[in-house]
Formats: sequence, structure tokens, C-alpha cells
Amino acid sequence: MGERLLFFVLAIVAILSAGGVVFSRNPVRSALLLVLNFFTLALIYFTLSAQFIGALQVIVYAGAIMVLFLFVIMLLNLGSPDAVPPERDLKRPLAYLIGFGILATLVAQSLALMIQGTPQVSPDVGTARVIGLALFTQWAYPLLLMGALLTVGVIGSILLARRRVS
Amino acid sequence: MDAVPLNAYLILSAFLFTMGAIGVVVKRNPIVIFMCIELMLNAVNLSFLAFARYQTNLLAQVSGHVFVLFVFGVAAAEVAVGLGIITVMFRLRESIDVDEVTLLRG
Repeated sequence: MGERLLFFVLAIVAILSAGGVVFSRNPVRSALLLVLNFFTLALIYFTLSAQFIGALQVIVYAGAIMVLFLFVIMLLNLGSPDAVPPERDLKRPLAYLIGFGILATLVAQSLALMIQGTPQVSPDVGTARVIGLALFTQWAYPLLLMGALLTVGVIGSILLARRRVS
Repeated sequence: MDAVPLNAYLILSAFLFTMGAIGVVVKRNPIVIFMCIELMLNAVNLSFLAFARYQTNLLAQVSGHVFVLFVFGVAAAEVAVGLGIITVMFRLRESIDVDEVTLLRG
């Protein structure tokens, strides 16, 4: 019972906070609800025996990326709800239609999936040691490419945000 | 054992992904649009980890975790570049309404 109850509670919190991110008028409130969503997802990762990924989720997303978001919100003074005024237009019903279509497709596909039973996992699947070993042997080239991508991204954003001397 | 079935994780992931997709279309503040994209990436990560949990072979399980790490990396790069673009957009026209930005040229 306990495992299902835990998942149910976490799933409700995750869905509600995601809805809050989307439907909140205030960008700062959206950002804070997104942090809550990341934390619940990290807890769900722990229940999926992915301890290392869960810890990284908290450090990278809830730590680094959200600080970046809040920094830009404060820097550009976007925090007020009317920084971008809401407007009723055709996009809104269209978005709900598209969303309902995506949801119906995904739920139908995942309900049709026939994987029964939970296989036993060895206790060290989610540890940093096993993941690191795989990352630096089997996935070494993709890891190097990822490093190149991050470097290019950071250099690009510095070049973009630099004040032009004219 | 009454473990949570794989379907439950996938349906949760579908809900989160849908929320993110609706937000990307509806919202006009680019920062919130980025948050919704993060929401969608996290939904995908959740389904990666759920599928990894329900594999029987150790190699496949660890591969699922490694994929999630790569998604983390892509998300970080994307946020860095995207926030740089938003900063430039704000500097150029003092408004960041995505419906008004129709030119990439400054």
C-alpha cells in the first residue's frame, strides 16, 4: 500500500504544481512552483531507484537552472504580472485542443502497453559509480559531444549578452 | 509486493508533458515559455527513468539513466542560450512579448 500511496501523493503534487506553473499570472510564482515540481520529480526518481539522478535533479534543476531563471526575471524586471498583458485570442482554445489531443494519444499508448510485473533491480543500479562507469566507457564519445555543446552554448550566450561597444 | 505499475508513471509523464505543451502555446512571456519547456523535458526524463526501472538487463537500466543525464546537459545549454536571447530581445525593444517579436534582425 505504502508505495502506491506515496506515488499517488507525489503525482498529485507534481500535476498541481505543473498546472500552477502554466496558469499562474505571476512569473516569479511560476518559477517557485516549478521548483516544487522539480523536487517532487526528484522524490519520484528516488522511488524509481535512481538516487544519483534524483540528487542531480535537485542540484542542477532546482539549484542552477532555477537560479538562472529567477536572476533573469529580477534583472529584466519581469516579475510584475502585467509585464506581458494577457490577451484572449484564438490561441487559447487551440492550445487546449492540441493539449487534449497529445494527452489522449499518450495515455492511450501507455495504457495499451503490456509490461506486467516489476523486475528486481540490483541495489547499485542508480549509484554514481555504475552510472559513471557507463558514462566514461560506453558513452564516452556522447559525453565529449555534450561537453562541446555546453561550451559552445555558454560562449554563445556570453557573446549574445555582451554589451556592444559602438 | 504492490509496486506501482509502469503505466502509472507514463500517465503522470503524459500529464506533465501536456501541461508544458499547453503552456508553450498559451503563454506570452518568454521566461514562462522556457519554464514550460523544462516541464516537458522533465516529463520525458520521468518516462526514461520509468522504462529503465522496468528493464531486466543491467546495461539497459544504466543506459536509461545516462540518457537522462544527456537531457540534463541539453536543458542546461538551452537555458543558457535562451536566456541570453531574452536579454538581447529586452535590450533591443524594451518589450518581451513573444507575439510582438516577429523579426530576428535587431
